[in-house]
Amino acid sequence: MAERAGARRVLLRGGSVVGPSGLVRADVLVEDGTIVAVEATIEVPGGATVLDASESVVGPGLVDLHTHLREPGREGAETVETGARAAALGGYTAVVAMPNTEPATDSAAAVRALQALGARACVEVAVAGAITVGRAGQRLAPLAEMADLGVRLFTDDGRGVQHAGLMRRALEYARPLGVILAEHCEDEELAAGGSMHEGVWSSRLGIPGQPAIAEESMVERDIGLVRLTGAPLHLLHLSSARSVALVRAARAEGLPVTAEVTPHHMALTDAEVASYDPVFKVNPPLRPGADVDAVRAGVLDGTIDAIATDHAPHPPESKEEPFDSAPPGMTGLETAFAVAYGALCCDASTGAPSWLVATETPQRLASLAELFMAMSVAPARIAGLDAASGQGGPVGPGARAHLCVVDLAARWTVDPAASASRSRNTPLAGRELVGRVRHTIYAGEPVVVDGKAVR
Amino acid sequence: MSRAGLLSIGDLGREGIVEVLRLADSFAEVSARAIPKVPALRGKTVATVFFEASTRTRLSFEAAAKRLSADTMSFAVTTSSVTKGESLRDTVETVDALGVDVMVVRHASSGAAAQVARWVDACVVNAGDGQHEHPTQALLDCFTLREALAARAGSTPVDDLDGVRIAIVGDVGHSRVARSCVLAFGALGARVTLVGPATLMPPTTQGWGVEVRHDLDEVLPEIDVCYLLRLQSERLREALLPSLGEYSERFGLTRDRARRLDPDLLVMHPGPMIRGLEIASEVADSARSLVTRQVRNGVAVRMAVLFRLLAGGLPPVPGGMDPGALATAQPEPETGGAQHG
Repeated sequence: MAERAGARRVLLRGGSVVGPSGLVRADVLVEDGTIVAVEATIEVPGGATVLDASESVVGPGLVDLHTHLREPGREGAETVETGARAAALGGYTAVVAMPNTEPATDSAAAVRALQALGARACVEVAVAGAITVGRAGQRLAPLAEMADLGVRLFTDDGRGVQHAGLMRRALEYARPLGVILAEHCEDEELAAGGSMHEGVWSSRLGIPGQPAIAEESMVERDIGLVRLTGAPLHLLHLSSARSVALVRAARAEGLPVTAEVTPHHMALTDAEVASYDPVFKVNPPLRPGADVDAVRAGVLDGTIDAIATDHAPHPPESKEEPFDSAPPGMTGLETAFAVAYGALCCDASTGAPSWLVATETPQRLASLAELFMAMSVAPARIAGLDAASGQGGPVGPGARAHLCVVDLAARWTVDPAASASRSRNTPLAGRELVGRVRHTIYAGEPVVVDGKAVR
Repeated sequence: MSRAGLLSIGDLGREGIVEVLRLADSFAEVSARAIPKVPALRGKTVATVFFEASTRTRLSFEAAAKRLSADTMSFAVTTSSVTKGESLRDTVETVDALGVDVMVVRHASSGAAAQVARWVDACVVNAGDGQHEHPTQALLDCFTLREALAARAGSTPVDDLDGVRIAIVGDVGHSRVARSCVLAFGALGARVTLVGPATLMPPTTQGWGVEVRHDLDEVLPEIDVCYLLRLQSERLREALLPSLGEYSERFGLTRDRARRLDPDLLVMHPGPMIRGLEIASEVADSARSLVTRQVRNGVAVRMAVLFRLLAGGLPPVPGGMDPGALATAQPEPETGGAQHG
């Protein structure tokens, strides 16, 4: 962020700050992009912008490890500008832009171009690079050249690296670069032709399914490759109970494996596909309730580090095709916090929306600190954005002022037409959520005020 | 969002199925007349919108609509702007805008009819969607079976198939006919067994209320009806079968197998049949085969479906709304009612 003459001050007044030991009533004063005071009552300094945070919580800005911004190549679905705005409205102050653009982000030139677009966006846009040239899974992309430009996460997301030998070499090559590879776990032979989870619903609906083993077999293979190479690996959007169990065992073994789940895999089951509405088509597919329970449990016990959106915009016409020919993917940036909050921190007695599937096995509720850990602190650390740009908190003096303010009591109904995204493919149209982002502060700048994007 | 149409056998339930079968009894009489036509749906328009090749189902629906004096429109993908890249939604909305009362939809994708029903005002009848359902086929199968069982018993058709043992043999997993038949036969009280190689069964039949078996010779002596499904050669390319010969040997009603059959066993097939693969000509053309009757009954059953969907808005007809009375009503003069097929 450019330096400016004269202190630029923002005061968040009346809120409760999320800390490791719970909520603390405090005002937060920001000066020139840095938090300078967190105290019970702060006098309004001259020239300060005052934002009301009463009845709300103030937490570190959310960090999304998994955002598809579609630029370059599919600007009709999303651009860096519109995707970043949707992110800000969702409380995010940083997103990691997936490299499955057209062309793929698989070269220094492509990284530079995207970084230039990102620099003008209203939140931080960290660029992820592809592991293989063109994401074709045949030969390594120039990982070192891209790492020199600051790329910290590499993935062929949208596809997994199918060849085990190539994935092994990628991990070996990446290790001394200090970067992390991230895998979209999907064995394309096992998944071939499947448009939803293979099980009771796919059998009844006559939609060819992909079995959970298509995901799990690659999770297992990659954990073995981490054991072999010692290189860190991040597993994207895990969705099955067995995948979570495999990661739990790998972590117990001390392997450098991290993992994320999406809000939609914590909230929706494959029964939604009975509508045949392609907004419920996503990869990995929505799974049965037992898997939903397992991914929630994985977040609760720390097996799963991060909640990531896999925000995947598609233009309306592409979701008005038959289920089997529509592209997979859902938008999620603007609803992620509320869905995760409802799924993890609320039950029927504390206001969880009724559509959020009841867990088949009773689970404890997550604390707000745990929620912000999974949506801000841990993803910032995995993407290296804590050290690089002060993402992921804490909300304390001296920290970079990446903040979000959320009204946890606010109930609202998802209206796809009101989205800041260029696309409308949310699976939650018309559903009630609880918890709404009021303000987002990126590098000391209010980018969302009272639920409205400032720019 | 359209008015309730017929997307799945599940939309009807036992009551609905029985209602359609009874209506079809009346319309079967109409079809047998010299001028097989009644004015029941005069002024209504039925459009067949087929995104997948079909002859018998489309013709059967169009014949049904015409015998009810409805106007018909026909839309086939090969002659349409779909080949120019028009989306499914735009295509069906265009047809809807022409003012149709019923849209009969066939599509190669499961769920397409349900999607169309969300987009159009017309009432949607599913004429086959991917591997999901083909409800009118199952209805005409129920109708045919109940007629055959009654003929054998020398009685008038009864409403249910209580205790009738039916094996559905072959590529159940990929079959929309099988999914509709399992629901329809089951709703009427039949005991359904699915038979075929494991690679052609659905991933699970949990909740289907059926038994799954893999040895046809074991099953044949235990059943009253053998319902054969068509085997598409692409299953071979997908490596779901070692060879068509092995399939035929194990799951086809071959000449050899036919010799060992109980004389009372009935054989059904939704067509098109591949003689020599799933069914030997000797079986297909034998007295036990209901295949021709299945096709013939298709028209009366589809008349019943169309009538049932549109009857609510009908002008009074001679004899009121009783379908029995309708069937005896005077046919529409041939000069009336523009028909564009």
